[in-house]
Amino acid sequence: MSRLGPRFAELKAQNRAAFIAFITAGDPNAEITAALLQRLPEAGADVIELGISFSDPMADGPAIQASSLRALEAGMTLPKVLELVREFRKTNKKTPIVLMGYYNPIHKYGTAKFAKDAGEAGVDGLITVDLPPEEDDVLRLPANAHGIDIVRLATPTSDDRRLKTILEGAGGFLYYVSITGVTGTKSFAEGDVRTAIARLQAATPLPCAVGFGIKTPEQAKAIAGFADAAVVGSAIVERIAAGAGVDAVISYCSELAAAVHGARV
Amino acid sequence: MTTPNSFRTGPDINGHFGAYGGRFVAETLMPLVLELEQAYEAAKADPAFHEELDGLLKHYVGRESPLYFAERLTEHVGGAKIYLKREDLNHTGAHKINNCLGQILLARRMGKTRIIAETGAGQHGVATATVAARFGFPCIVYMGEVDIERQKPNVFRMRLLGAEVRPVKSGSRTLKDAMNEAIRDWVANVDDTFYIIGSAAGMHPYPMMVRDFQAVIGNETRSQILDREGRLPDLISACVGGGSNAIGMFHAFLDDNDVEIHGVEAAGKGIETPHHAATLTKGVPGVLHGSRSYLLQDNDGQIIEAHSISAGLDYPGVGPEHSWLRDTGRVKYFSATDDQAIDAFMTLSKLEGIIPALESSHAIAHVMRVAKVMPKDKIIVVCLSGRGDKDANTVAAVLGEKL
Repeated sequence: MSRLGPRFAELKAQNRAAFIAFITAGDPNAEITAALLQRLPEAGADVIELGISFSDPMADGPAIQASSLRALEAGMTLPKVLELVREFRKTNKKTPIVLMGYYNPIHKYGTAKFAKDAGEAGVDGLITVDLPPEEDDVLRLPANAHGIDIVRLATPTSDDRRLKTILEGAGGFLYYVSITGVTGTKSFAEGDVRTAIARLQAATPLPCAVGFGIKTPEQAKAIAGFADAAVVGSAIVERIAAGAGVDAVISYCSELAAAVHGARV
Repeated sequence: MTTPNSFRTGPDINGHFGAYGGRFVAETLMPLVLELEQAYEAAKADPAFHEELDGLLKHYVGRESPLYFAERLTEHVGGAKIYLKREDLNHTGAHKINNCLGQILLARRMGKTRIIAETGAGQHGVATATVAARFGFPCIVYMGEVDIERQKPNVFRMRLLGAEVRPVKSGSRTLKDAMNEAIRDWVANVDDTFYIIGSAAGMHPYPMMVRDFQAVIGNETRSQILDREGRLPDLISACVGGGSNAIGMFHAFLDDNDVEIHGVEAAGKGIETPHHAATLTKGVPGVLHGSRSYLLQDNDGQIIEAHSISAGLDYPGVGPEHSWLRDTGRVKYFSATDDQAIDAFMTLSKLEGIIPALESSHAIAHVMRVAKVMPKDKIIVVCLSGRGDKDANTVAAVLGEKL
């Protein structure tokens, strides 16, 4: 059973937005990812998004492209990503983990087998960037059967008709891509995102998260004032790229978490 | 697999050719891809669209392109008659312009104001830059750094035509990375930008649309050979990278059961080595650049870099319709190595006074092989998809000469 529903219900009861931290599995190596995973919950990450590397990350900007490449060079593979989740679950039963990646590695692994193995490893949600609702039955049905939510993306280009398609079969939370662009590049206009989130919240009972353009604690705080979750990825990954140790990355995540959690006080 | 009644009805409404094709794109692009499909269907049904396109193909490109009997090549090989479909004689020197004209007319119809494209050999980049100049659009062409180095004359041509060539430094710095970067640009500029894809690959409706615009190659060939020989050929052949000239050549013949069809991939340094681009021969199905198709990939689903001496075939994927045609057995796919392509390049140059593109040289190499063992009354047509002037530097380097 996915931990996403209970986690968001808990946060809602506390009138708090969720802080979702993204890191790429295996960047710069499996040991550091394991250490980060272990400590992200205490740093205030309510949900962890773990990136699956792909050689051709078409929806990602330079920071996550480079991160993906570092992980691949360090020998990360999809079975090893699941191994990291399994290890994490030995000590943490509560923090939801969402895997984010592209379809081909999953396709190669075997979609049904992956859903089963991921469910058993303790994965709660899946975001498959290049697998739109029209094509995702093949993953969604087995994933749901193994207690995994399929997290769908909505974007500034999603009109009402498209939104209906996106929401059909969506689970966990709805991920709003705040910019038209790849990860970690443009910045969003707060007013536009606020309007978009109000529209999404009216259309679905799912919590609505915002990601793709949040770079600072201030921006995270602003988003957390009205959205149900703020996702930070590239800004964390850039610190890992710059050689920041586990302590420094965790302390930066604590800052982001504090900003998100303090937004509605 | 059961044999369909017709091989010419695909794709279905979701862009599938059997198990292949589809629209595997980020959500930001989905509404655009759906809008493009609608706009294309509307254009296809509009006689004015075809009239304008046909006029341009005739007066700007110089169609129809000749079907040329390669007499001396035929004598040299000593078997079946070899005809060349001369796409190299098109304006810009390759088949790519057929598709670019169709797509830019569509871009204008859709009110788009900015053109982007990816290119490998530079032929599609040149063709895109050409039509962008002709219709007054700003144009950005993404090209891998490795390809920029080996196709310098085409880079210069694109700049002369007013396009900006953006070097792509990510990944293997070849065609697949240029395509990644073009997709990233499109995601970031959804309102005003039209992405002209040059291969019969990518997300639906591109594989269908590119095929339709390139189908003129096979349609002309079919009526030309009927005129010349009073019958259909026994074999048609074309090189396959992404597969646009091949699908354009093949489509008109798919339901002619007596016409054998051979696609020819790049075997690079040999398909028994890791250095090739023989996707249909050595790859397995996967998802890249918006569609499900055969791919060169490792056990973890990471894309493997392709290798070919010809930049236009140096792609680890292939158009989805080719994957389907392979599985159904309607088209058979072979490969030719770098060395065999160079040999064919030299042979055609010396025997016919025609310098073929290295891409097309792969198909020539294959046809020379099979023609030899076919009786003299058999007829082969091979698509000469482009001219080889752009490859002078590459071939000179192989021959140990410095230009």
